[in-house]
Amino acid sequence: MPSYVIPARCTGCGDCVNICPSHIMQFTKTGVFGRKAVNIEPESCWECYNCVKHCPQGAVQIRGYADFTPLGGAVEVYRDEETNRVYWTIRYRNGTVKHFVFPIRTTPWGSIKPPHETPEPPKDMLRTPYLSFEHEKLGGNKLGVELPRIKVPEMVKVEVRG
Amino acid sequence: MVKTRVRYVDSDILIIGGGMAGTGAAWEARYWCRNCRIILAEKANINRSGAVAMGLSAINTYLGLRCKENTVEDYVKYVRGDLMGVVREDLVYDYARHVDSTVHLFDEWGLPIWPEPKTGCYVREGKWQIMIHGESYKAIVAEAARKAIGDENILNRVMVTHLLKSPTNPNRVVGALGFNANDGAIYVFRAKAVIMAAGGGSQIYRPRSQGEGLGRSWYPPWSSASSYGMMIEAGAVMTMMEARFVVPRFKDGYGPVGAYQLLLKTRISNVNGQDFWKPHLDEIRKLYSGKGKYVDLPITPTTLRVYAQRLEWMAGRGPSLMRTDETVKKGTESEAVAFEDFLDMTISQVGIWAGQNHEPSERPYEVITTEPYVMGSHATECGAWASGPEDLSPRVIDGLPNDRRYQYYWGYNRMTTLDGLFCAGDACGANPHKFSSGSFTEGRLAAKAAVLYLMDHSDERVEVDRQQVDSLTAKLIEPLERWEKGKNTVVTGPGYMHPIDPGKMYWKQGLFRLQKIMDEYAGGWSTMYITNEWMLNRALELIQFLKEDFIKYAVAQDWHELMRTWELWHRILTAEAVVRHMQFRKETRWPGYYVRADYPALDDDNWHVFVNSKYDAETGRWELWKVPVVHIIEFP
Ligand SMILES: Cc1cc2nc3c(=O)[nH]c(=O)nc-3n(C[C@H](O)[C@H](O)[C@H](O)COP(=O)(O)OP(=O)(O)OC[C@H]3O[C@@H](n4cnc5c(N)ncnc54)[C@H](O)[C@@H]3O)c2cc1C
Ligand code: SF4
Ligand code: SF4
Repeated sequence: MPSYVIPARCTGCGDCVNICPSHIMQFTKTGVFGRKAVNIEPESCWECYNCVKHCPQGAVQIRGYADFTPLGGAVEVYRDEETNRVYWTIRYRNGTVKHFVFPIRTTPWGSIKPPHETPEPPKDMLRTPYLSFEHEKLGGNKLGVELPRIKVPEMVKVEVRG
Repeated sequence: MVKTRVRYVDSDILIIGGGMAGTGAAWEARYWCRNCRIILAEKANINRSGAVAMGLSAINTYLGLRCKENTVEDYVKYVRGDLMGVVREDLVYDYARHVDSTVHLFDEWGLPIWPEPKTGCYVREGKWQIMIHGESYKAIVAEAARKAIGDENILNRVMVTHLLKSPTNPNRVVGALGFNANDGAIYVFRAKAVIMAAGGGSQIYRPRSQGEGLGRSWYPPWSSASSYGMMIEAGAVMTMMEARFVVPRFKDGYGPVGAYQLLLKTRISNVNGQDFWKPHLDEIRKLYSGKGKYVDLPITPTTLRVYAQRLEWMAGRGPSLMRTDETVKKGTESEAVAFEDFLDMTISQVGIWAGQNHEPSERPYEVITTEPYVMGSHATECGAWASGPEDLSPRVIDGLPNDRRYQYYWGYNRMTTLDGLFCAGDACGANPHKFSSGSFTEGRLAAKAAVLYLMDHSDERVEVDRQQVDSLTAKLIEPLERWEKGKNTVVTGPGYMHPIDPGKMYWKQGLFRLQKIMDEYAGGWSTMYITNEWMLNRALELIQFLKEDFIKYAVAQDWHELMRTWELWHRILTAEAVVRHMQFRKETRWPGYYVRADYPALDDDNWHVFVNSKYDAETGRWELWKVPVVHIIEFP
């Protein structure tokens, strides 16, 4: 099983079900343990780790695809949207451990200013090649230079062969 | 009877797929149209969907115009050379001149791009690539799209399956049909403009992975070729579907090679430590140099490098080895770079190394070529044939029919040959190398053009035909009906397998059949990417049986399986297009991607052209034709 759930830790909150890009993290139908998450289709799992990163209980883990990964190693992750860092622990089969920490974002979550908070663009700009924020009239020039252009002849002559 | 609940959703602009291109489209559509209703239908959850669901460690397309690092002209020449001369230069020039502004938006939104403190620019991975800490790349662009159009207009878990056409104009797309894979609600989308951004296609060819690890393809298993499948079925003109793509990647985990090769300057050798390129240079130059002098370009085309590695392998000196032992030093920055490159976008590769006790600083690691993928945003160019921008496309190409099937311009940037249907990202053909940043940019371009289209057609009312909707809905749920009816007719096989039933075909059975056909006859890895006319004909014959079986026997036990079933249909149509195109092009232009053994050389006299095609869903017939390449930048 690429991703698997430890039932004792799973509260059935559904965060992993919600996020899985492959629609394969799903709830168990019934059961004495109550509602739990389960990977229903391991062969459609990309080992993308989104279920692991999103589980608030640390209940989802990944065991490498057994078809080509020797057992005994592990990759563990903790992703923190407060410090905006992702913490990796890599455990080798022979006991070697490696730690890595990387930043994930430089601004607070939710801080992006939507495009409609800038003044509405003049309609005639629709017929120019500029995109949003590429021209002073459109909220500043994020390109850093004037938009490059080249001259293309209006009419081109070609012949088709074969 | 399967109970259906049908919801009608009306919008000005419908975006299909919320990946890189779809989020770019949402952002730009709202910018230009403040009171438009913009709806985005996404098969998964927009926060983590598509090819960037895991994250990325680099932005592969950034010119650096601000710092005068490159020019757009040089970029177009590079991309053209990489695809052996055949690209729509108007489309490539267009996204390239805008891509920097996209990256600067990402920077402002909070994507950590490695800064170059001395120059105030970004750290370069290679000539066109920059480095990022991209674990949250997709979540960040998703936030931008959600802010732009509002969460209430983003429909997660809705898979779109078919495009809807106007009852009075068969060339006009007026919406789409789909369903929610969780609760089975069926959606009828009525829209004045539709942007196709549902990504590329994996799992069409048999992957090298197997069993429980089947989903570990390089492009994600959820890249279901839906963009192509829906557009083909609706009769949009497609282009360059033969240029399906093969990449060298770290073995089994498909770990990326970019940072190793470009940033850490790691070399690739054969198993004896020798260079793979020089022994084959003369032969490759003879067969593939052509008018474009491709072999001697400053950056050797991807496809030729891949081919040389394969020749080494076939000569018994493979596989290729990435000499990480020469460039990665344990406990230093180079080791962090090496591992982050995987952890940001292909975590499995680290899992494999951990299981194998592999230390990159001590030993090299195998690099082999993947199974082929059908896509339009990487070093390849499958997709829809689209109009270019007003100021860069030749307005009229004299000597060709005045018809969208041949011309480069018909009024709205990135509009396909169908009125009201736009494309972006993997969906849009003949303009490769967009990658993440360029796909987002193309989404922006398509959305702006869609707003212009709305303005020009403001008095037009879109209508959908009740009958068309009813018959498509019936078709959509037919696999479920078939299951309901035939339940309990046979009891075979262990519970974890689909039943063996002569009257039913489950998605996995159909998918494996497709992968086997494509792998063995259409240049997959098991034949070392070699094919010929006979094999391609055989592939078509077997695909025809598969299409018939799908129509007659496809079955799904629940809404999740129904999603898999329609993904299969999109893959089948895409596969057929690929085979038809490969059969039509009688030369070998990209030997690293596939070799037509019966035409093993580049043939510039006859094939320096695009191959375009159109499918007629009523008759099942295909038409294919050549379209000349117009160079807007001096060639060669
Ligand atoms: C492993 C890997 C490494 C890569 N490395 C890099 C890199 O380093 N730098 C870089 O710039 N690029 C890189 N890329 C390429 C980049 O990810 C793609 O070029 C880009 O994501 C393409 O954008 P898109 O919008 O066309 O497709 P996607 O981003 O895949 O989006 C398609 C969207 O459509 C949705 N969808 C699919 N079918 C349907 C349907 N039927 N109905 C509704 N929604 C649907 C999907 O869920 C998805 O959200 C990499 C890709 C991969 C897989
Ligand atoms: S690793 Fe990714 S694909 Fe696999 S179950 Fe988790 S979220 Fe889904
Ligand atoms: S996110 Fe964790 S706790 Fe919540 S359902 Fe999934 S496994 Fe259980």
